[in-house]
Amino acid sequence: MSKETRGSDPQGVSRRGFLKGVGAGSAAAGFIGVGENTAQAEGQDAPAIVGPGDGTYTLNIDGESKEVTAEPRATLLDVMRNRLDVTSAKKVCDRGTCGACTIFIDGEPAYACSMLALEAIGHKITTIASLGTPEMMSALQKAFVKHDAQQCGFCTPGFIVAATDLLNKNPNPTREQVRDGLGGNLCRCGTYVGVQEAVLEAAQSMKGGA
Amino acid sequence: MASPQWPKADKRLHIGKPYDRLDGPIKSTGQAKYAYDVNVPGMLYAKVFPSRYALADVNSIDTSAAEAMDGVKAVWIDEGVLGKEVRYVGQIIAAVAAETEELAAEAIALVKVDYTPKEALIIDTDPSLGSGRPSEREEGTPAEAFEAADVVHEGYYGIPVITHCCFEAHGQVCDVNEAGAQFWPSTQNVSKYANGMGESLGVPESEIKVDCQVMGGGFGSKFGHDKWGVVGGLLSKKAGRPVKLMLERDLELMVGGNRPSAYGTVKVGADKDGNVTAIDAKLFGTGGNGGYRPPPVPYVFTKIPNQLSSGQRIQTNRGGQRAWRAPGHPQGCFITMAAMEDTAAKLGMDALDFFKQNLALTNRPELYAQELDIAADMIGYKEKAHLRGDSGDGPVKRGLGISIHQWGGAGHPSECDVSIHADGSVECRIGTQDLGVGTRTCVTMVLAETMGLPMDAVKANIGNNAYPISGASGGSTTIGGVSSSTRLAATAALNKLLDVVAARMGEDALSLEASNGRIQVTGDDSKSVTWNEACAMLGTNSINERGVNEPGESTKMGLMDSGVGGCQMADVSVDIETGVVTINEMVAVQDCGLIIDMKTATTQVHGGLIMGVTYALFEECVYDNRTGRMLNADMEFYRLAGLKDIGTLKVHMMTGPGFDERGVIGLGEPPVISPGAAISNAVANAIGLRVPELPLTPDRVLNAIAKGGQS
Ligand code: FES
Ligand code: FES
Repeated sequence: MSKETRGSDPQGVSRRGFLKGVGAGSAAAGFIGVGENTAQAEGQDAPAIVGPGDGTYTLNIDGESKEVTAEPRATLLDVMRNRLDVTSAKKVCDRGTCGACTIFIDGEPAYACSMLALEAIGHKITTIASLGTPEMMSALQKAFVKHDAQQCGFCTPGFIVAATDLLNKNPNPTREQVRDGLGGNLCRCGTYVGVQEAVLEAAQSMKGGA
Repeated sequence: MASPQWPKADKRLHIGKPYDRLDGPIKSTGQAKYAYDVNVPGMLYAKVFPSRYALADVNSIDTSAAEAMDGVKAVWIDEGVLGKEVRYVGQIIAAVAAETEELAAEAIALVKVDYTPKEALIIDTDPSLGSGRPSEREEGTPAEAFEAADVVHEGYYGIPVITHCCFEAHGQVCDVNEAGAQFWPSTQNVSKYANGMGESLGVPESEIKVDCQVMGGGFGSKFGHDKWGVVGGLLSKKAGRPVKLMLERDLELMVGGNRPSAYGTVKVGADKDGNVTAIDAKLFGTGGNGGYRPPPVPYVFTKIPNQLSSGQRIQTNRGGQRAWRAPGHPQGCFITMAAMEDTAAKLGMDALDFFKQNLALTNRPELYAQELDIAADMIGYKEKAHLRGDSGDGPVKRGLGISIHQWGGAGHPSECDVSIHADGSVECRIGTQDLGVGTRTCVTMVLAETMGLPMDAVKANIGNNAYPISGASGGSTTIGGVSSSTRLAATAALNKLLDVVAARMGEDALSLEASNGRIQVTGDDSKSVTWNEACAMLGTNSINERGVNEPGESTKMGLMDSGVGGCQMADVSVDIETGVVTINEMVAVQDCGLIIDMKTATTQVHGGLIMGVTYALFEECVYDNRTGRMLNADMEFYRLAGLKDIGTLKVHMMTGPGFDERGVIGLGEPPVISPGAAISNAVANAIGLRVPELPLTPDRVLNAIAKGGQS
């Protein structure tokens, strides 16, 4: 006979200890604990300990300040999707492998599944919503549609964000550079041919001032 | 009068042109709402408790600690396994729904299950572990034929279990109460998703509403509502709140469906001129705890005069198989085409010559001959081809490989309602779904084509079970089914309108047609009214007509057909020092009858090639043979091909006379069948010996080289 518990914690790392470990100190500054959930650890420079339990904090998403109440252990992806109905970033691998959750943090691409929401306090979060709408698509988004760079489309927002970053940094990429730059975004339906053509064409059209 | 037959090439307004998919803009801007994205007020989050054992008695399930937790609103346990067995790792035993996803995860960790583990069968590579008697088949006189053959090749081939790995996990959001239910699932089967659910949920089945406008991939794994559909529904009913239940990635890979393995020895006999005379295949494999049918061998070369085959099922304690894009075909294709190519190599013959020599053994010799020539031109076969292993000095060897495949692709039964309103608007309602293949776009094209209107003048409503019933999207049956039912409904509705207009114009309805936004006397736009003028004649009425696709009838009418063939070739480089296989180029030549949207059709073929590269080079479910746990149940070690892995891909669609007049045929499965075979053959051609198993990982390549190939 044996007893098993899913998700049991063999190392006995408590959530409290974990948060201390990752140094969520600066982030915790914006985290207002509900009840007894925030504490100052011993010592002057020691990080604040937050949680367990809900806290309230503010995230800046696509230029808007949004107040959210969530546990400190919640990832940015879960907080955006579950609390704020910001669902363009998708949850696929949930561990930094596929790129489907790619967003910008202060203009740099990041995997929303692989950071805590409270690490994003005080930073500028930008999602695909800032890049265009169906009525006013960016040159890259138009090229994605034209080159049929999506099938089911579940990977597409991640690709658009990653490819936007690629073109920001290298407005004139070679085919090889597109392959390198987007090699970390995965797609099960197999839309890579369209993605590659779309990015190359968007680079051309952006040069033309379009 | 409009006739439902497809218009001739010079009369086509939309059909056959490369159109952008209509949901491209919402997908490319992140606004498309998938099941996973549905958030409704008061929604709870569910998590499931999967079995840790591959085979065990379940003595007790204790959910008291979870139930006592703040924020937990409903708990479910599977009474069906209590006191009985769980049969694979990941089998769902219990579930909780809580206010937040974090609380649900914490609560599920508090569930305690007391098991008595038993010895499970995990391994699928030993045919002696098979259950039941093998299936057997004999044609002609194989023993004599092998005796008489000038050359006999014998080899071992294997292709392991792989999984669907849909980007959007299986699952749904639902809201269930006594009176009825609303489900937002990720499904391939909107019309029949709820079938059989009513009783388990205690809800009248006719009151279960299903909506799925976009979905994040299925590939054959999302036909039913599944256990998690019922569990989500029961949790919702218990809590009196909507519930979101999506599988986590590890479970998705373990229990969301997989493709059966296939292993075995194949013997091929041929005369000295390269004519294949006999084949003998002894195959085995597992579909986990699901069923198993051995793959079709010989594949495509089905007319080999003397055949012997046997297939042995190994019933393992693993998640059950589900249809995986072209069920059985990629395995049968790989095993057959590899054995054929090995036979060519043994004869010292060029593989292309050998394949061509034996096309009489297929059902479509002329088509394959044509396609092989086109593919050979596209890949530069003449310039690049060499006999097996004749690939020069240096550690990087280059080679070409060939494969051919077949599929049915007949349209499924489908019903569609078309309405024409007095304000000139046109819409259809059809209970189909768009898996990302362009169904919504194609239905709209057919509707607009029939009315002689631009695309934006008509609207297709799909993805809801309130609409007329259309088949599940599997087996490449959708496009033939929905384009036929839409065409039939649209033609019937248009003819009603022509009757009204004819009476007003004083013309015979038989002489009228819809063309370029007008209703006119056929070929004479001086006697015409605009579309809007014509519809205004309806006054306060609308026209509503239903089209029913009955596959037999529609095939006779030429609206749809079945039976396609395709050819693919691969150009690869293999580094014999590292074992790394690189795809330089792949070409695909494919027929599928009348193509509705050339752009989304071409995308399908690209997608098939890329999925094919993935299972040829990377994909494999690795199980721990002792515990039955899948060791790579994540996307880091269950590897998919990325943009850097696919090389250059070229697609040629067979269209025009000889193809178009067959009507519409499905395209989802065919392009994914050949890549494994073509790539494996290219590797053998490059390095001079067969790597007997897929995927062609560096370790397998190096092992094969170290062994010096098969005897
Ligand atoms: S979901 Fe974040 S990288 Fe895959
Ligand atoms: S389009 Fe389906 S996963 Fe990329």
